[in-house]
Amino acid sequence: MAFILKELLDKPEKLTSGHRLCPGCGAPILAKWIMMATDFPLVVANATGCLEVSTTIYPYTAWNTPWIHNAFENAAATIAGVESAYKSLSRQGKIKKKVKFIAFGGDGGTYDIGIQALSGALERGHDMVYICYDNEGYMNTGAQRSGATPKGASTTTEPAGKVSYGKKMRHKDLTAIAAAHHIPYAAQAALSNWQDLMKKAKKAIEVDGPAFLNILSPCVRFWRIPDDQTIEISKLAVETNFWPLFEIDNGKWILNYKPRERKPIMDWIKVQGRYKHLLQEKNKPVIEEIQKEIDEYFHWLEKRCSD
Amino acid sequence: MKSKLKGYKEIPIGGLILDAGNAKTYKTGGWRSKRPILDKSNCINCYFCWFYCPDNSVDVKDKDVKGFKLDYCKGCGICAVVCPKKCIKMEDEDKFEE
Repeated sequence: MAFILKELLDKPEKLTSGHRLCPGCGAPILAKWIMMATDFPLVVANATGCLEVSTTIYPYTAWNTPWIHNAFENAAATIAGVESAYKSLSRQGKIKKKVKFIAFGGDGGTYDIGIQALSGALERGHDMVYICYDNEGYMNTGAQRSGATPKGASTTTEPAGKVSYGKKMRHKDLTAIAAAHHIPYAAQAALSNWQDLMKKAKKAIEVDGPAFLNILSPCVRFWRIPDDQTIEISKLAVETNFWPLFEIDNGKWILNYKPRERKPIMDWIKVQGRYKHLLQEKNKPVIEEIQKEIDEYFHWLEKRCSD
Repeated sequence: MKSKLKGYKEIPIGGLILDAGNAKTYKTGGWRSKRPILDKSNCINCYFCWFYCPDNSVDVKDKDVKGFKLDYCKGCGICAVVCPKKCIKMEDEDKFEE
């Protein structure tokens, strides 16, 4: 079933205006879309991060849903607790409504700090969705590297200079890690393909049991892109295979989109200020290496999805 | 501009915010350095601007795009980029100052 924008117009606004995220931030867009994708009443938990800090500056909150924040590392554990309490109350007949649970975490709170709590919650099989909005670093504290920062990016903790070309390691494949828990649903999406993103969100929320969504959320400050390029840059990430769109539905791997002609990774690198140093002659081998890794990964993914 | 701060006896336990969505009373329009201008003659009401706006600041009434809620618009310009008919222009904010 496809979503029709005209019908979405009547949906209640669950993340209101007046939040203080940067102009051009990807996180409020995807949060708004995800909460629009379902008709179920929602309860939201938030890990510490840009989305949490900027939407709930005391005494204001931009959330039109019940919302809870606990600590950086335990958004998944917190929502798991809320879900358990709900289950108990509905068993006792004190709550009649069917309610769904969402946790939003940034990549810092998911790839690094919160992975232990996330893994636990996925393993225990709570009926919840964990959504990672991946802006590829710790943006709330000033562009430090995280497990999601891609190779070659210059961060404040791994700056590029005479000796180094920025981050030397590859980023984790968190969607595959989540899928390795054999949960009912895990997927990867991007802002450039909104139908795909919203379908995945609906599936993830409405499935019975734990689900995981990993969504690329451009950060205009860290990536050093103009404010209005958020959607265009997501498109490039998908077209260069840097961020392939795929899902794992009850153990079946499905590739949702394959670019007709894969664009060279240079197209993605040259428009971002955080990769500026890679354009120097001496860093050419790094770009070749990145291209090779991306092609290899996509090849692996295609094989995975074909059987 | 300065609002009166509540005393500790007036704040709910745990610092809870009981008024959901009250960020609406906080106006972020002052951040804007570029203002979106809608040329309605080409608009096909595809609602992309409304859909992609990170700040819910596109004004849609009776399924018709009317313009922008300038109290909240931060001037990122995403609407101008995603508009398929290119009927949103971003203009310098200082032009509109009196």
